[in-house]
Amino acid sequence: MDILYLLIPLSLLVMGIAIAVFFWAIKSGQYEDLEGPAHRILMDDDDPRIPGNRDKIKPQSGDDS
Amino acid sequence: MLPHMSYSQSQRLQSHSSEQNMTQENKQSCFHCGLPIPSGSAYCVNINGNDEPMCCAGCEAVARAIVENGLTDFYQYRSEKTDQARVLVPDELRELELYDRADLQKGFVRETGEHTREASLILEGIVCAACIWLNEQHVKALPGVEDFQVNYSTHRARVIWDNDVINLSQILEAIQAIGYQAHPFDVGRQEQVFKQEKSLAMRRLAVAGLGMMQVMMLAVALYAGAYEGMSDQLKSFLRWVSLLLTTPVVLYSARPFFERAWKDLKRRQAGMDVPVALAIGGAFLASAWATIRGVGDVYFDSVNMFTFFLLTGRYLEMAARHRAGQAAEELVKLLPATATRLEDNEQVRVSVAELTAADRVLIKPGETVPADGVVLEGSSLVDESLLTGESLPLPRKPGDALVGGTVNADSPLVMQVNKVGEDTVLSAIVRLLDRAQTEKPSLARLADKVAGWFVLVLLLLAGLVALWWWQHSPQEAFRVTLSILVVTCPCALSLATPATLSTATGALTRLGVLTTRGHALESLAKVTRLIFDKTGTLTEGRLQLSGVQIPDADASAGRDELISMAAALERSSEHPVAMAFLQAVEGRSVSAAQIKSVPGEGIEGLIEGRIVRLGNPDFVATLVASPVPEVTLDQQQTIVFLGVENTWLGIFSLADKLRVGATDTISSLHALGIQTELLSGDQPGVVETMARQAGISVYQASCSPQDKLQRIQALQARGEIVGMVGDGVNDAPVLAAAQISIAMGSGTQLAQASADMVLLSEQLPHLVIAARVARKTRQVIQQNLAWAVLYNLLALPLAAMGLIAPWMAAIGMSLSSLIVVVNALRLRKLPGAAG
Repeated sequence: MDILYLLIPLSLLVMGIAIAVFFWAIKSGQYEDLEGPAHRILMDDDDPRIPGNRDKIKPQSGDDS
Repeated sequence: MLPHMSYSQSQRLQSHSSEQNMTQENKQSCFHCGLPIPSGSAYCVNINGNDEPMCCAGCEAVARAIVENGLTDFYQYRSEKTDQARVLVPDELRELELYDRADLQKGFVRETGEHTREASLILEGIVCAACIWLNEQHVKALPGVEDFQVNYSTHRARVIWDNDVINLSQILEAIQAIGYQAHPFDVGRQEQVFKQEKSLAMRRLAVAGLGMMQVMMLAVALYAGAYEGMSDQLKSFLRWVSLLLTTPVVLYSARPFFERAWKDLKRRQAGMDVPVALAIGGAFLASAWATIRGVGDVYFDSVNMFTFFLLTGRYLEMAARHRAGQAAEELVKLLPATATRLEDNEQVRVSVAELTAADRVLIKPGETVPADGVVLEGSSLVDESLLTGESLPLPRKPGDALVGGTVNADSPLVMQVNKVGEDTVLSAIVRLLDRAQTEKPSLARLADKVAGWFVLVLLLLAGLVALWWWQHSPQEAFRVTLSILVVTCPCALSLATPATLSTATGALTRLGVLTTRGHALESLAKVTRLIFDKTGTLTEGRLQLSGVQIPDADASAGRDELISMAAALERSSEHPVAMAFLQAVEGRSVSAAQIKSVPGEGIEGLIEGRIVRLGNPDFVATLVASPVPEVTLDQQQTIVFLGVENTWLGIFSLADKLRVGATDTISSLHALGIQTELLSGDQPGVVETMARQAGISVYQASCSPQDKLQRIQALQARGEIVGMVGDGVNDAPVLAAAQISIAMGSGTQLAQASADMVLLSEQLPHLVIAARVARKTRQVIQQNLAWAVLYNLLALPLAAMGLIAPWMAAIGMSLSSLIVVVNALRLRKLPGAAG
């Protein structure tokens, strides 16, 4: 059971990290819109006809949009 | 303007709704907005290889912009038809450029870097998730836009752009090009507060949640250790770790409970935070002391669980409150951002915030009045629909008062500002709205009051029990008292109402029925009589051609040709009568030239070399120069005459139609035991016909708002709970007098803001669903309250006898709260409209 003296402090450390990550996520606004991302993932944003994507494929200036 | 239209009719008719295409399936509808296409129009855009028809130049331009930017997926993904688009006039584009001025940007733009700026926008016209995708893709593709994100729940966007590459006005213009309206807005103080409150609550919840998980695990080990045997050293270690984990939970997560309990004590009140704070604080201190001394029991698990569940309840309540608060913010954007100030007869464009009392301001036609004031020069028609619901513009001459937020419809006005900012009527309304939204339903108030007494009694009882145990078995006294405090926590009692209400309002919102007031569901559950307004509520509020009479049998023109001629004359008119003709055209289209409209009389034009008049009998008779023929059509309807020199060509009757599902709705309401009634300002014949069609037996025609008010008060005097369903607030006192007012989604913005509920979906059957949900909500609240009281009555004696350990108490209390919440969640499933 001596391993517990190592594992429990380790779990505390992991928990500390988890809280830090969660705080960061809240601060960066990831919890402000809980509905949008669920819809957003269904849409194709990599259609080459979208001007922004065209830029990524062959960079050009003075876009027509 | 054509005759035979009552004022109220003509105003309601102007609001079009998207369900039009459902009722007009035989006709082609616009691919973009779904409105029927007037025949003869040739707007069309090639989308994914098909030529799709468009109803107007606005939709065509928008659809073209979407195609050109490779965003046609929008049409595949959208789940609702978009609003009809408008073509922007150059003036409006110039107006947008004002947003580039640095002094104006002060209000809503933040500088985030050397060139980069950030602003918040309210987006109008968003109907589904695809709209958001479309906006994001389109705007992000603009050179210079660094980030653009739309919040799905609030329809607000945040844009970050490089001011050296692109201007804010260009971004706004790009959004308008795809058919949406964006208004920059000042992220209000309230919104900032909401955001902070929410993130703080979430952090507290996270700490409590993670803390609880860890401590519960250790607690299981400690309990198991107590049976199986565990070395004292390990036991002490686990206790210390628990103490370490619980400390932040108590000091950080549970802090609001201590703060509020302290506030309650200072005001000499016993709120439910007092026993909560006592239980958490007492249990923690006793456990910490036991840990440090190494003897006695620890209750860290109870402390954590208790804190976490209470915080969860508070969080849900807060979320519901925030949602309601946002509606009020939307109203603020009604005031324009800029105004034309007259300084020594020079026109200077200034931001509205700079206006002060006694400034002279020029309001051009089509502009919004920027502040409250008095007309100095000019006379015009002012549209006050926003405030009064009376959509027909009212004449305003020098000396008359102008209200900020209303729209100058006719000719230029010079006004003297006398109230700005917080003092304006609009701000007062927003404040009223705020207050109304913070109103708690009386059931919740009752629960709070009960909880207050309950807590007081509880504390006394706990004290007595502690005293008794202290005298008989001092070592047990603390454990028993703690159990009492935890097990009888009144949180189930105070969770019962908010959890239920927020679930029910959430479910209804998804359906398109918006609840704007706390008391709405409660009142709706008790309603005994629903009073309907006619035009725009029970009916579609749109005139449709119902009959054609050809007085001269020898006339060469047939039915279709007559309609085409009428439509040709009305082509450029926005009048509801015009819409009826444009929709009815089936034959070949003709074109009219030299169109002249005579307000209040009719319209004249040149068709195929002949002068044709459409309008009231006198107006047409002066051209025809023969007696008005006898009308065989239903005289109750709107009658319009068409004639050329020497000949009466045709007589048309136009009528409004019942909404889809109106009859079913009325019979379902009757089945629920709710009486229905129709009160209308319209003529008796029309009202009678509509009432009979809908199945309403009680009706009253030619009602003035005063009559309606008296009727409602008479009903209320008989003890009835009266609900009013209307589409505007042209009779504001009536809506105010009704215990619950429901506005249609097409009604004026203010009507919606002041109504208790808004039927955004415009589907009458949803009223029935709302009534069912309201009744079920009331039931669930009562069940919840009954359960909470019963639970406490059972648990209190057991705890007082010392039969309940603190950990059992914590589980019991959490379970009782959980049952309340789960019971409330049953409301997520909506009942059907029928049956």
